Amino acid sequence: MNLGFLLRMALREGRHSLRRVGVYMVSITLGVGALVSIHSFRDDVARSVRDEAETLMGANARVESQRPFPDSVEAVLDSLTSAGVGVARMTMASTMVLAESSGDVRLFQVRGVEGGFPFYGTVRSDPEGAWGGGAGLPDGVALVDPAVLTQLGTSVGDTLVVGNVRVPIQASVDDLPTELGFQAAIGPRVFLSMETLEEAGLLTFGSLANYEAFLRLPDVEDREALRDRYDDRFQRGEVDYTLAEEQAQSLSNAVRFLGRFLGLVGLGALLLGGIGVASAIHVHVRQRRPSVAMLRCVGARQGTVFGIYLLEAAGLGFLGAAAGVLLGVGVQQLLPLALAGALPVEVTPRLSLRSAGAGLGIGVWVAVVFALIPLLELRNVPPLQALRSDVEGSGRRWDPLRLAAYAALAGSVAWLCVLEAGETDVGLAFAGALAVSVILLAGFGWVLVRLTRRLFPSRASYPVRQGVSNLFRPRNQTVAVTLALGFGAFVVGTILQVEGSLLDDLTLSFEGEQPNVLLFDVQPDQVEGIRELLPESARGSLSSAPLVSSRLERINGLGHEELRDRPPGPERPDAWALRREYRNTYRAELGGAEELVAGRWWDGTPGSEDGTEVDAGDLARVSLEEDIADDLAVELGDTITWRVSGVEVVSVVTSLRRVDWERLEPNFFAIFEPGTLDGAPQTMLMVARLEDLEVRARFQRALVGPFPNVSALDFSRVQEAVDDVLARVRQAVAFLALFSAAAGVVVLVGSLASSRAQRVREGALLKTLGARRRQVLVVLFTEYLTLGTLATASGLALAWLAAAWAVPQVFEVPFRSQPLPLVAIWLVVAGLTVVVGMVGSRRVLAQPPLQALRDGAD
Amino acid sequence: MIRAQGLTKTYASGDRSLTVLDGVDLEIEDRSMVAVVGPSGSGKTTLLGLLAGLDRPSAGSVVLDGQPLGELTEDQRAEFRSRKVGFVFQTFHLLPTLTALENVLVPLELQGRGREAVGRAEDLLQRVGLGDRLEHYPSQLSGGEQQRVALARAFANEPRILFADEPTGNLDVDTGATIVAMLEELNRDAETTLVLVTHDLGLAERAHRVVRLSGGRLVEDRAGAGVGVPR
Repeated sequence: MNLGFLLRMALREGRHSLRRVGVYMVSITLGVGALVSIHSFRDDVARSVRDEAETLMGANARVESQRPFPDSVEAVLDSLTSAGVGVARMTMASTMVLAESSGDVRLFQVRGVEGGFPFYGTVRSDPEGAWGGGAGLPDGVALVDPAVLTQLGTSVGDTLVVGNVRVPIQASVDDLPTELGFQAAIGPRVFLSMETLEEAGLLTFGSLANYEAFLRLPDVEDREALRDRYDDRFQRGEVDYTLAEEQAQSLSNAVRFLGRFLGLVGLGALLLGGIGVASAIHVHVRQRRPSVAMLRCVGARQGTVFGIYLLEAAGLGFLGAAAGVLLGVGVQQLLPLALAGALPVEVTPRLSLRSAGAGLGIGVWVAVVFALIPLLELRNVPPLQALRSDVEGSGRRWDPLRLAAYAALAGSVAWLCVLEAGETDVGLAFAGALAVSVILLAGFGWVLVRLTRRLFPSRASYPVRQGVSNLFRPRNQTVAVTLALGFGAFVVGTILQVEGSLLDDLTLSFEGEQPNVLLFDVQPDQVEGIRELLPESARGSLSSAPLVSSRLERINGLGHEELRDRPPGPERPDAWALRREYRNTYRAELGGAEELVAGRWWDGTPGSEDGTEVDAGDLARVSLEEDIADDLAVELGDTITWRVSGVEVVSVVTSLRRVDWERLEPNFFAIFEPGTLDGAPQTMLMVARLEDLEVRARFQRALVGPFPNVSALDFSRVQEAVDDVLARVRQAVAFLALFSAAAGVVVLVGSLASSRAQRVREGALLKTLGARRRQVLVVLFTEYLTLGTLATASGLALAWLAAAWAVPQVFEVPFRSQPLPLVAIWLVVAGLTVVVGMVGSRRVLAQPPLQALRDGAD
Repeated sequence: MIRAQGLTKTYASGDRSLTVLDGVDLEIEDRSMVAVVGPSGSGKTTLLGLLAGLDRPSAGSVVLDGQPLGELTEDQRAEFRSRKVGFVFQTFHLLPTLTALENVLVPLELQGRGREAVGRAEDLLQRVGLGDRLEHYPSQLSGGEQQRVALARAFANEPRILFADEPTGNLDVDTGATIVAMLEELNRDAETTLVLVTHDLGLAERAHRVVRLSGGRLVEDRAGAGVGVPR
């Protein structure tokens, strides 16, 4: 085989087919562009995170606990300070903050800062310099996130009431280098000096708080030595010691994970483009049959002909992929600007030859492997077709080469998915899901097309019937376009159905007669006073529950280490369940959101599934929630030893409960029998229902003065935060869905381009036979509307089925059908198809009939 | 040069079989010109295709320049054609994506002769009067000009046998006459054996021999005027 001849012929063929087949290569361009930009940006962020590890933490290492550091850990910190190590502290608590000027009150994070934090990075404030640099925050003032000013309707210079103190707002913190930009929007913060925080009196017994100490230890060996020397003390004190590099690695891993997810979506768009390539090559091959027959007549072998067009496809794929690399590099430059607020570090884009090369290679490979199957048809073009165009080749039913091409295609898709996912099982699962989706879509599309052909009413007017039958013209690409457009509709439709069900589930939880205000950090002697503040109408809805902080020490006499040494399996408790702090309670009755399923309640009521009675002897009886019992590998009759304010309490599990966590009532993992924990140090949790937004706001304002330590959570605010997060997720997903939709549109445009000449001839013939312009328009409009409808019908049907399965299985909430988004998608896709089709068919109406008829074949 | 024995071709048509060619025996001498005539559907094109090795007979055999075609695989036939056979088609069959020069070069490039054969291709195009249209695409040429390019291509690889299927079928009378004259001139110089399928009886009479088909059978085999190609 003369390679030079193949290349020359491929070049000659390619320069003419660029206009027709080239449109499909745009889908390769989009997919490669997505991959290159995602890979490059991911590498940029990971590199920046690695390089700026200290800035991300603001220190070289961090000690962290959810309780005040024990003396043993404080001794370590003191010794480090004495040795000249920089030690800064931050304490975080949540509390109600009142703005005096507006009277608004909200729950915010309050952070006490001491000792020159952050050691690395610059805090930008407005006005500048308010943070204080190495001297720390000044006492008696507050610095706030801009969102605090917005939510409280206040401004710099106004006064905030935080617990027991009144502090003027000295500045807004525009950039704290240690945190992600959008964190401030989710949990706005108020910064005080540590002394001011202590004066505010927020850190009472049982308060939810987080304690951090930041260390400046530039020498990495020192940091590692510190861990080695004090690891045992940190473990026993239940504090976490984290190096800046470790935090950066976690963030890198998260970025990498997100990058992989986005990369899979980009790969999906690229593979969808491959379908477009296969469709284009199929049409191209059919149009080239006379030329191929002639080449065979004058002596070209089957392999020569195949080689010419394979090289042509590879060349066009190369052009498309190269354009995609350029597009990807361009988008990579823009992403840091677009995501500046959300990134923890400043990202400097750097050209990644690896990403560019990989994108180029993958793009060419996808173009070639998808072109293989239609190109194999060329082997069946008999030379006799040069003499008789009606002669067909004898294609073999079970052609080994065709089977090998299918195998190569399937293997390539799986390999690319595994490569992109970074894990074999995830990649194969994605490839499998993609394959199933495509097969089902193609199947749906095929069935719908057949049904349309068979069932379309014969009484419809001629232009309408002609428009529908145009979809079945020879060399039509109806199924390919249905598949490409349908896939986009499927992706978007599934996402909207899932999101709608999740949103419905969250929203319903806050309605009805359920409580909508939660109060925590309430001292027992404050309960009556708070009740008096409630409007008369709401007092009936008020309920309260004691909270006793406890740590789990032993299960059946075995400590944490012995339990962790068990082999992995249902017998080994989950580490998080062993280590966590429990807020237990005691009460006589079951709550409204729980059901006793096993064992017996204090009064002997048996569980609904198992009424076993456990003899607790002299030990305290405790009822566990069934899922936490699984996590702790605990059954009826097992003993659990708790540490409650330094005192050990041994209990026996005498019942298990099933809790409906969606109901906003005080629900607990562990409930003790009354009389066991009554005397233990405790705070109270209170819930109430206040109908009116203004009434809730007034109540919260009234709380701040007499009860500065009490925090109130208004669930309507939670709903707002949830809506805000979902809106951001929706935006991100919509951006990703655009790739799928764009690939579908490219296939549509290409399909229309490849059949344009046919349409022009058909239109000329109709006009010759007497059709008026309006009638020709109806033919075209009907054709495109039907095409768009068929495409969305198959995609949306599959989307509905996928969501109906995924929502209960994956998210464990009920599926609620969302018809409106489905209608919207149909309108958009069908509308887009009509617009693109009508614009692309202008020539049909414009060209005089005689010219079109004289122009003859393609 | 060409020997066909008992040549038969049957096609399946629905649940019946259709015999297009029925036991045709034919011998064509070297450097002769034979015209194959007959009404539509008589099997002329089928006979041409079988003689050229473009198809396999249902029965019978073809020996072309001493090579039994039945012994060759599809690719071997193609290779044989590239060395020994030229074609002229009714619909020209130029590659629309190639210039006139590139179209003529195709048979040469298939033989691996490539760029050094450009001179020969240019000469041929010069001879058919298209020396100034080398870089034109088929869409830029008239029907007659396209057929002239096709003629040049047919003779590019110096074939031993030339098969022409209705070479003037898509041309007007005057243009057709021009083409016939060129065909005869090129054939004379190249000393090829020419097998010509035509409806044009005037053209047919210019051959040494005229064979007539009817209903798939050879019903007449007579001498023509022979003015087209000297022996």
